[in-house]
Amino acid sequence: MIRSLVFGAALVTAAVAFAASPKPAAVNDVAIAEAGLPRTLSEYGFFTDAAAQIPAVRVTPYRLNTPLWSNGAEKLRFVYVPKGTQAKADGEGLIDLPVGAALIKTFAFQKDGKRHLIETRVLLHRADGWLALPYVWNDEQTEAKLAVAGARLPVTTPAGEAIDYRVPNKNQCKECHGLNGAVIPIGPKARNLSADWLDRFADAGMIDTVPAVAHRLPVWEDRASAPAEAAARGYLDANCAHCHRPGATASNSGLDLRWEQSDPHAIGIMKHPVAAGRGAGNLLYDIVPGKPDQSILTYRMASSEAGVAMPELGKATVDRDGLAVVERWIAALPQMDAARAGH
Amino acid sequence: MTALALCAASPAYAATHEIAAGDGAGERLQEALILSEPGDEVVLGAGRFVLDDGLSLDVDNVTVRGAGMNATVLDFTGQKGAGEGLLVTSDKVTLRDFAVENPQGDGIKSKGADDIVYQRVRVTWTGGPKPTNGAYGIYPVESTGVLIAECEVSGASDAGIYVGQSRKITVRNSIARQNVAGIEIENSRDAIVERNMVTGNTGGILVFDLPNLPVMGGGNVLVRENLVSTNTTPNFAPKGNIVAGVPRGTGIMVMANEQVWVDNNTIVDNPTAAVMVVTYIKPFEDKRYNPYPREVVVADNQAYDNGQDPDLPGIAPVVQAFGGALPTLMWDGLQQDGDTPAVLASPEMPGWSLNLSKQGQSMAEAKPGPLSVPAYGQPWNMDGIGAPEELEARLVS
Repeated sequence: MIRSLVFGAALVTAAVAFAASPKPAAVNDVAIAEAGLPRTLSEYGFFTDAAAQIPAVRVTPYRLNTPLWSNGAEKLRFVYVPKGTQAKADGEGLIDLPVGAALIKTFAFQKDGKRHLIETRVLLHRADGWLALPYVWNDEQTEAKLAVAGARLPVTTPAGEAIDYRVPNKNQCKECHGLNGAVIPIGPKARNLSADWLDRFADAGMIDTVPAVAHRLPVWEDRASAPAEAAARGYLDANCAHCHRPGATASNSGLDLRWEQSDPHAIGIMKHPVAAGRGAGNLLYDIVPGKPDQSILTYRMASSEAGVAMPELGKATVDRDGLAVVERWIAALPQMDAARAGH
Repeated sequence: MTALALCAASPAYAATHEIAAGDGAGERLQEALILSEPGDEVVLGAGRFVLDDGLSLDVDNVTVRGAGMNATVLDFTGQKGAGEGLLVTSDKVTLRDFAVENPQGDGIKSKGADDIVYQRVRVTWTGGPKPTNGAYGIYPVESTGVLIAECEVSGASDAGIYVGQSRKITVRNSIARQNVAGIEIENSRDAIVERNMVTGNTGGILVFDLPNLPVMGGGNVLVRENLVSTNTTPNFAPKGNIVAGVPRGTGIMVMANEQVWVDNNTIVDNPTAAVMVVTYIKPFEDKRYNPYPREVVVADNQAYDNGQDPDLPGIAPVVQAFGGALPTLMWDGLQQDGDTPAVLASPEMPGWSLNLSKQGQSMAEAKPGPLSVPAYGQPWNMDGIGAPEELEARLVS
C-alpha cells in the first residue's frame, strides 16, 4: 500500500495549507473545477451559513415540481452558476449548465423537533464531465465531510419509521446519474421547474433565455387536483426514469418511464418483465390497465425488500403517496384484454 | 474514512489492495473497489465476508480475486439494499476464485462491461431451488466480450448463467445445477457454449431471442460438447418471467434466433425433450423482431432416455403413439418461409413436429406428426464467434 502512504502524506500537507488560508467569502471556483476531491463541504463556500443552509452569492435555491422521493427526507436544492457564465435553455429537458457550475442537494430529517442535516450531495461540472460526491454531516452540524464509500446512518422518517439510511457511495451516485457512460444531472429539467423560477433565473442572468415548456410536470402538493396521468407520469419520470430509459442503468429492461415516452408498451402497459426474477411477484405484466394490484410496477414500489423493491437505491421505506398516485392512474386506465393488447 | 480514500491522482504502477474478512469488511472492500485504479488487483482473503449491502466496481481493468471458490465467500444472506450482490459497470474486469452466496437479487451482474472474465466463480443460493431466490447467478448484459470459465451456479430462480444482449461470448467448463434455466443465451450473438455440465435444472441450455428489448436479433450460437442431464427440477420461476414457461425436463431449447449449431452434446434423462426448437409464442408488436428460429442445426448428439415424462399439456396420447417416449427433437412446425428452414438435422434424427400453422398457436392446436426437416450441410463460417483471444489469455491454471 505504498501509494496510500504517499498520497496520505500529500493530503495531510494540503489540509494543513488549507486550514491556514482564510475562509472563502464567495464560492471557491477552483474547488469545483480543478482535479481532486475536496475533503469538506465548506471548502466550496456554497453557503454563507451552511448549518442554516443560507446560500452564498450566485447559489440559487430551487425546487422541483415533482421531486425524487428519498424516504421522506426534506431536500434543499441549489444551483451555482459561476460569474461570467450562463446556463443555456435546452427545450423542456435538462437546463444546460456551463463548466464550473454545480448542483448542491442537502438531505435533512427532523430530530428533536429541529431540522437535522444528514448529507449534502454535490454535482460538479468539470471540464472532463460531471463529478458526483457525497458529504456526510457531523452530529454537531458544524461540518460535512467527504464519504466516497458512503455510509449507513440511523434515521427516523417523517412517517415515524426508524430506518438504516444509506448515503450512496461514489459508484451508486453513477447508477442513477449515469447516461451512456457519462455522469449527468437528473433533476433540473425545464419541465420540472416552475415558470416563475425560470423567469427569475433568467432575469438574474443565470440562463440565456427562459426555456419554452409546453407540458410541465404537476406540482406534487397539488397532485390530488392534477390529472391522474400527469401526476403519475410525472412521479415515474422523477423517480424511475433516470434508470429506466435507453442508455441508463436499467436500459436492458426495455422499460422507459420518461415523461416524453408515449409508446404504451415502452412505459410498461401489458409489457412482460425481462429480468425481474422474483421482483415480478408472480405477476405477468408491468402494468395491467385498471388493475394496480396485478401490476408489477406497483408491486415493486410497495416493497422495501432488497431484490424486490424499486427503486433499488435510496429507498428503505415505501412512498405511500407516490404509490397512491401510480395506483390511481393504473386503476383509471381503460381495461384491455391481454390477447388483444398485442403483448 | 482513511487517507487512501482521498487520493485522486494516478500512480504509474499497479497496486494490490488486500482485504481480509472480519469487521467492516463490506466497507473496506467497497472502498477498495472505488479507489482501485486501472491495473490494480483487489485480493480477498480466505473466509466469510458478511455483507449487508451490494458491492459495485466501476473502474476499468481491475482484477478481483479470492483464495478459491470455496475458501472466499461473499455472504449476502443479510443484504439490505441493491439489486445484486456485485455490480460491475467497467471494462476489462477479471473476477476469479471467490463465491457469492444468497444474494437477495441477482448474484453478479456486469452491465455494459466489455471484455469481462469470470473464472472459478461460484454463485449459490444455499437453500436449493426456491422462487424467493434471486433471478440470475452470473449475469453479463449489454457487453461485448464475455468469458465465463470453470464457474458454478445453483439455485437461481431464472437462469444460473445468463448472458443477455451481448456479443462475443464463451461459456465453458462450468456447472449449472438446480436453477430454472441452467445456461441461457438471450438476445445475443456470436456465442459458444461448450463442455459445461448442466444438470438438475428445469431446463438445461436455452438460446432465446425476445421482442421489445434494446438489443435483438440473437444468433450465431454454437452449443457443443455439453453434458445436459437429468434436468428434472419442477419449474420454480416466479410467474411473469419468460422462463416460467419452460417445461420441466427440457434439455436444450432454442426459441427464435438465427443459425444455432447444436453438436456433439450428451443429452440424457430430460423427461420432456432432448432438443426443442420453437417460435416465440406470445403476441408481439415489435416490428424489429423475428419470432422464428432460422437455420437451427441439430447435428450429431448423443441423446438417450429423454422424453419419457413430458411436462406438456395433453401429451399422454402422443407419448403413447410414439411408444412410450417422445423422440429426441421436438419442433413446433413453424418457420419464417419456405426458403428459410427453421431446423436442419441429421436424417437419422428421431423427431416430431407439433405441425402448428401460425405463430401464437398453443399446444392445444397441435397436430403431432413425424419430423420432416432438411439435412444440414457444412457449418457456416464460425470465425469471430466466442470470446476474444485476449480474454482467454487472462485465464490462469
